[in-house]
Amino acid sequence: MKVINRRDFLKTGLAAGAGLTLGMYIPPIVAGESKPTTGKTFEPNAFVHIGSDNIVTVISKHMEMGQGVYTGLATLVAEELDAAWAQIRVESAPADASRYNNLAWGTVQGTGGSTAIANAFTQMREAGASARAMLVQAAADLWKVKPETITVQEGVVSHAASKQQASFGKLAELAALQSVPEKITLKEPSKFRLIGSNNTPRKDSRAKTNGTAVYTQDVKLPNLLTAVVAHPPRFGGKVKRFNADKTKKMSGVVDVVEIPNGVAVLAKDFWSAKLGRDQLTVEWDDSKAFTLSSEDIMEQYHKTAEQPGLVAREEGEAAASMKQAAKTLKAAYEFPYLAHASMEPLNCVVNYTGKECEVWNGTQMQTADKYAVAKTLGLDPENVKVNTLFAGGSFGRRANPYSDYIVEAATIAKAIKGKTPVKLVWTREDDMQGGFYRPMYYHTLEAGLDEKGNLLAWQHRIVGQSILKGTAFEAFMVKNGIDHTSVEGAANLPYAIPNMQVELHTPDNIQVPVQWWRSVGSTHTAFSTETFLDEVAATMKKDPVELRRELLKDHPRHLGVLELAAEKADWGQALPTGRGRGIAVHESFNTYVAEVAEVTVKDGKFTVDRVVIAVDCGIAVNPDIIKAQMEGAMGFGLAATLSGKITLKDGKVEQANFHDYTVLRMDQMPKVEVYIVKSTEPPTGVGEPATPIIAPAVANALYAVTGQRFYQLPLSLKA
Amino acid sequence: MITLEINGISHHLDVDPNTPLLWVIRDSIGLTGTKYGCGQGLCGACTVHFNDQPIRSCVTPLSAVAGGTITTIEGLNSKEGQAVQAAWEKLEVAQCGYCQSGQIMTASGLLQNNATPDDETITAGMTGNICRCATYHRVHSAVKEAANTLAGKATVEETA
Ligand code: FES
Ligand code: FES
Repeated sequence: MKVINRRDFLKTGLAAGAGLTLGMYIPPIVAGESKPTTGKTFEPNAFVHIGSDNIVTVISKHMEMGQGVYTGLATLVAEELDAAWAQIRVESAPADASRYNNLAWGTVQGTGGSTAIANAFTQMREAGASARAMLVQAAADLWKVKPETITVQEGVVSHAASKQQASFGKLAELAALQSVPEKITLKEPSKFRLIGSNNTPRKDSRAKTNGTAVYTQDVKLPNLLTAVVAHPPRFGGKVKRFNADKTKKMSGVVDVVEIPNGVAVLAKDFWSAKLGRDQLTVEWDDSKAFTLSSEDIMEQYHKTAEQPGLVAREEGEAAASMKQAAKTLKAAYEFPYLAHASMEPLNCVVNYTGKECEVWNGTQMQTADKYAVAKTLGLDPENVKVNTLFAGGSFGRRANPYSDYIVEAATIAKAIKGKTPVKLVWTREDDMQGGFYRPMYYHTLEAGLDEKGNLLAWQHRIVGQSILKGTAFEAFMVKNGIDHTSVEGAANLPYAIPNMQVELHTPDNIQVPVQWWRSVGSTHTAFSTETFLDEVAATMKKDPVELRRELLKDHPRHLGVLELAAEKADWGQALPTGRGRGIAVHESFNTYVAEVAEVTVKDGKFTVDRVVIAVDCGIAVNPDIIKAQMEGAMGFGLAATLSGKITLKDGKVEQANFHDYTVLRMDQMPKVEVYIVKSTEPPTGVGEPATPIIAPAVANALYAVTGQRFYQLPLSLKA
Repeated sequence: MITLEINGISHHLDVDPNTPLLWVIRDSIGLTGTKYGCGQGLCGACTVHFNDQPIRSCVTPLSAVAGGTITTIEGLNSKEGQAVQAAWEKLEVAQCGYCQSGQIMTASGLLQNNATPDDETITAGMTGNICRCATYHRVHSAVKEAANTLAGKATVEETA
């Protein structure tokens, strides 16, 4: 049993609070109604602090980018602690993999892959339960009663028989003297009062409604300079020479430095830095740069797809049975590069002093970034402190396996020898053209039917760049040459088809930087598989829901969302001419989603009018946040369905801003209904799984109206 | 020297008059609630009120608003603004939140000009504001909610 005595507790408290001091103070990112806690605190574990002022601080090991994780983790703690929701505030954890690692990822701290609630579900509840037990023991000692006779409700500890009561704050100091319990019992799900309720309003709502929420872009430090970088126009390009004479004479400009990936202009404010960059003349060395166009890449992929690839899944004898099939169907699909285009363009603040470095960023991968910065600056990682701020969206981009823009900020700080703190700001154009896109892909699919019209064989071949090759993730996510993120959603297709083969080609001559983009592999595999299956159903003259129902017999959770979505969307009921419905179902990150899209086609154009979403994510921790994530993730996918496309011309990215990389706007947002399947399974993620299936649902709906099939994203109707 | 009133405080600014108002607000004045999203008038993240009308501060040079009155999210205290903020919190509109200052400034401007917008008017009025988290469904409902709140208040005042 671990006994924390008061002296130790104070020592730990102090050590944890002090950290790296660089002589300046930025208030920690606080979400919630209350002021930061003051006075003495009870710190039973790394996740819960209770102040004598009765404020409970939940330390979030995950970053908040809109997905609601601050509220989610706080709900789990508050549930088992029996705290009042109003007394909870949330603070971001320091980067420290020893305490704040993602349990789904092993030894790194990070947020992604819809893992936050799934990995922390038990951990956070235990943190709350453990704190509760110590508060109860403190009250028992104080009142000289048995702990079993004490109850806790809404942040009040009571002993009914003696009519004694105390707040958490009153007991905090005494509780700190208690031993941390070795064994704790968690609540039975039937006793949950916060989990699954809508009594847990988001902790970050107010700050995000009155302009006080602090993002990286908003960080202020004394003598802070803003850096804007002229990047090479082609990936792999380098600076040959540059002239900064004009720039250096401009007011506000303080310095111009060359860095490995371009030329950085440092100024007193953003606008001066940006104007300074406009006046630079840079000659680029493109000798090692990537100079192909999107069409060239696609042409290469077409050729590659003629050859067999590495086998990602094999069941039965797909090739042989395809030959015996009475009827076969073939299709090929093309997917463009996609930019994340979060509303907050990339940025990062660093303060490097020569011996230490402090970083402020809305990052999804705190500890990897910490090591990358340490390496760049030649520092011991111990001397790099990472502060995690809110991110203005990310969708995967702020989880860069190379810590690209963070390293860039550190490189600039190093180039000016840490004279001043630096805020690196990418303009929208830099963000759009800076790479790390969802890769381009090419898929071919073939299905074979037997005489009776049953699905006999399925062959799927995928061509596209690997996201993970060459990164730290390669070791555990690339097996036998197969990058899991290239085939997920296809290699685990749930349909009962006796002969199946899924193959992968990973070209390695394309230098365009690629990365995960909300729902990763499923962004393309869900489209090809779910539209192709629809085509198979039409060939069989079967209703798309009926065929899926037959093929999903052994997959009750897929089936559950399929049936729920179909029922709520009035599947099978007639619609007026020009309107139609389409359905798609898919599992990603262990969450099951079905969507029914309703479209109208008129004058060669279409609108998506209504989307019904059914989701099974196990126990629904925060139903309203789940709904919000379904609405938002579907909308994010719809943007790529309707218009998302990054293209290259001779190696240069052709899009620059929201006029040529158009994203979803309110007039394109359909009516959305979300239905959550009741479940007692452990909770799974909700940030991504609604994204990939809106495109196939819409494509299938358009087919229902027009008879046209779609083999490319974004979708376009034939004239 | 350019004089400008921001959130009720008068500022004398020794700034290049061509500087976009957004950067004056953020970097010279230090109010960071107004956001940079595109810098080209395409996304609405930088929306503030100039003499009570919503404008895109990223494409508005300082010279164009000289002598005028600017309201940013930090100073939004009109009855429409407060109704909008309350509705935003009630319906939990914000996800990442980055676009929401702009959404709220646009929505309150919309209600100042039209207290009883119908669904199409709300959509048309809000379509200039991009939200990559696609909170549109809730933004729309929250504008309606705010309009209802304001109408309710107006009725009470009339009867009183
Ligand atoms: S930042 Fe002004 S409209 Fe986008
Ligand atoms: S809430 Fe994230 S961009 Fe709107």
